[in-house]
Amino acid sequence: MYPIYQFVTGPLAWLSLSIFFIGVIVRLILYIRGLDWQADRVTYHANVSYGVKGALRSIFFWLIPFGTRSWRANPGFTLMFFVFHAGLLITPVFLQAHNILLKERWGFSLWTISDKTADILTIAMLVAATFLILRRIALAEVRILTNAYDYIIMAIAVAPFITGFLASQNVSGYNLWLILHIISGEIMLVAIPFTKLSHFILFFCSRAQLGMDFGIKRGGMKGKGFAW
Amino acid sequence: MPEGKLCNRKPINTKEELHELLADKSGKQYYQEMNELDVDRGKLQAMLQKSLKSRLKTWLEICAHCGLCADSCFLYLANNRDPKQVPSYKIQSTLGEIVKRRGNVDNTFMQMVMDTAWSKCTCCNRCGSYCPFGIDMGIMFGYLRGLCFAQGFVPWEMKIGSGMHRVYRAQMDVTVEDWVDTCEWMAEEYEDDWPGLCIPVDKEGADIMYTVNAREPKHYPEDIAEAAVLFHLAGENWTVPGEGWEETSLAMFAGDWEACKLQVESVYDAMHRLKPKRMVVTECGHAYRATVIEGPYWAGIKTGKTPVESFHYVEWVAEALRTGKLKIDPAKKIKEPVTYQDSCNYIRNAGLADCGREIMSYIAEDFREMTPCRENNFCCGGGGGFNGMGRYRAQRNVGLKIKRDQILATGAKLVISPCHNCWDAIRDLEEVFHIGIKWSFLKPLLIGMVEVPEHLRPPEE
Repeated sequence: MYPIYQFVTGPLAWLSLSIFFIGVIVRLILYIRGLDWQADRVTYHANVSYGVKGALRSIFFWLIPFGTRSWRANPGFTLMFFVFHAGLLITPVFLQAHNILLKERWGFSLWTISDKTADILTIAMLVAATFLILRRIALAEVRILTNAYDYIIMAIAVAPFITGFLASQNVSGYNLWLILHIISGEIMLVAIPFTKLSHFILFFCSRAQLGMDFGIKRGGMKGKGFAW
Repeated sequence: MPEGKLCNRKPINTKEELHELLADKSGKQYYQEMNELDVDRGKLQAMLQKSLKSRLKTWLEICAHCGLCADSCFLYLANNRDPKQVPSYKIQSTLGEIVKRRGNVDNTFMQMVMDTAWSKCTCCNRCGSYCPFGIDMGIMFGYLRGLCFAQGFVPWEMKIGSGMHRVYRAQMDVTVEDWVDTCEWMAEEYEDDWPGLCIPVDKEGADIMYTVNAREPKHYPEDIAEAAVLFHLAGENWTVPGEGWEETSLAMFAGDWEACKLQVESVYDAMHRLKPKRMVVTECGHAYRATVIEGPYWAGIKTGKTPVESFHYVEWVAEALRTGKLKIDPAKKIKEPVTYQDSCNYIRNAGLADCGREIMSYIAEDFREMTPCRENNFCCGGGGGFNGMGRYRAQRNVGLKIKRDQILATGAKLVISPCHNCWDAIRDLEEVFHIGIKWSFLKPLLIGMVEVPEHLRPPEE
C-alpha cells in the first residue's frame, strides 16, 4: 500500500499536474494563435476598448446564476449547472485535507472550508450531476445530441468526488478509496487539456471572442453592449 | 463525372450564363444535374485547412451537448420541437461531420448539407446568444454555405442571386443606367406634389450618400421617390451614387465570399469617389449587415469600419425626428395598435433596437412590443434567403408560424417592418394564414404623417 501511495502522490502527481498546467496553457496559446481577424470578421487589434468591454461583459453575465436571458429561460437546469460547478471548483481547492498536504509539501495553504461545508458541497454536486445525467436521458433535444463520450466525461469529473467523499467518511476500505481518489483526480487533471473538459479554459476564450464580436462589430460601437 | 452545364462548381460571371440558368424554370435541370455532381474532396479539404480556424474549430469541439440552443431556434419551435431541428444537432451533423471526415463526403451527404444550410437555418444568430459557450451556429451555417457554394451544392435561386451581384453589382438585373433612369423618372413623377424635388446622382461632398436594394428600382420605385421626398422635407444635402448604388448581398446568403467582396467594394468605391459625410442605407436588414457590418472584413479593411460612417435608415429617421428635421402632425399619428418587427440583421446583430422604439414614440399612439422583442426577437421566417427559394417554400411557410403567433399575441393590426426580407415574410404570412394584418415600411407611413414646411408645399390650384 505504502509504495502505491508514494507513487501516486509523488511522480504521478507531478506528472499529472504538469500535464494539466502545461496543457491548459498550450490550449490557450493555440486558441489565441488560431484567431484570424479577417476569417473571424472581428478586429482583434483595433477598437480595443470596445473589444475588451464586450469580452468582459460576455464572460461576466454568464458567470452569474440567472445573469443572462438564457439562464433565466432554463431555471431548473441553471440551478443544477451552478450547484454542480460550484461544488466541482470550490471543494478541491479549499478542502482542509488538500490544504494540509499543500502546507506539508510546499509550506503554504489557502483559506479552507469546514469539512461539513465540503460534505454539503460534494453531496449537492453529486445530486446535481445525477439530475444532469437524467436530463440527458429524458429530454429529446438533449438526447439527440448525447453520445457515450458525454457520459465518460461526466464519469471522469464525478469519480474524484465520489471516491473522495467515501475516503473522507472513513468508510471501510479507506485505503482503496484514497488511492482511487488520487488516481481518478489525476485522470481528471490530465483529461482537461485533451477533452471537452478543456472548457475549463476555453469557456473564457470562446465567450471573450464572441463578446468582442458583439462589442466591436455587432452593435457595441453604436451604443450599449449586447443584452445577454 | 464531368460537372453539369448549369450545376457545377463555377460561379456565374456573365450575362449569358445568368440567362441560361434563369431560363431553367425552378431549376429543374439544375437540380437534376446536381444529382450527378461529384464532391471535389481535395478542394474541400484545402478550403477547410485554409479557413477553419480556432473560433469555429473550438465551437465544434467544446459543444457540451446541453441543448439550451433548442428553444432559442424558431425553426425548432415551429417544427413541433423536432429534435432534428436543434441547432447544435443541425450544425454537428453537417459541418461537424465534414470536419470529422476531413472532407471525405459524397454527393448525397452534400445535398443533405445544402438542404440543412438553406432550409433549416436562416443565420439569424439567435442561438448564439443562448449558448453558454457563445457558440454561434448561425455564423457556422454562414461558413458552411461557403463550403457548399464552392462545391456547387447551392440552391438555384442563390446561385442566380450571387451571379447577379457578379454581373450587375446588384441583386437584380438593374444596370447603372436603369438605376439612374429610374431616379430621374421618380423625381419627375413626384415633382408636381413636391416642388423642388430632385434625386441628385453622383454629387460630391454631400452630407448623405443613399444606397438602396435593387428591388426598389425594379419593382417598387415609389420607395425611392418616398426616400427622396423625406430627405427633401428634412432639408438634407444628399445624393445617390451612379455606380455603387446597391447595398444588398444575395452573395452573402449564397456563400459566395468572392462576390461578397466585389459587391461591397462597389459601394466603398462610391464612398471614395463621392466623399460624402456619411452613408444611409434603405430599409433593408441584410444590406446593412453585409455592407456595413461584415463588408469591411471582406474588403480587408483593418479598422473593421466602412470608409465613411454608415447608418441604417432607422437611425436617420430617429435622428430626423429627434432633431425636428421631420415633424409629425400629432393628428396623423398611427392610432390603431401597431407592432415593430426587430430584424435580426440590424437589431440583434447590430444593436439598433433603441432607434425603432424612439421612432415609435413619435409616430404611434398604441405601440405594442412583440414577445420576445428587441435583440431577443425571432427571425421573421424569411431571412437568409429563405423567402426566395422555391425548393424550400413549404419549410419557409412552417417557419412563418412563429412570427404569426407573435403578431397575434400583440393584438396589433399593423406591423412596421423596416427591412425588405421581413416585409416580404410578413406579407407572405398574411397570404398564407389570413390573420387580418397590414404591414408597412416606415417611408410611406412617414410621408402620410409629416408636416410639410410652407415653402415646400405645392402651389395652390
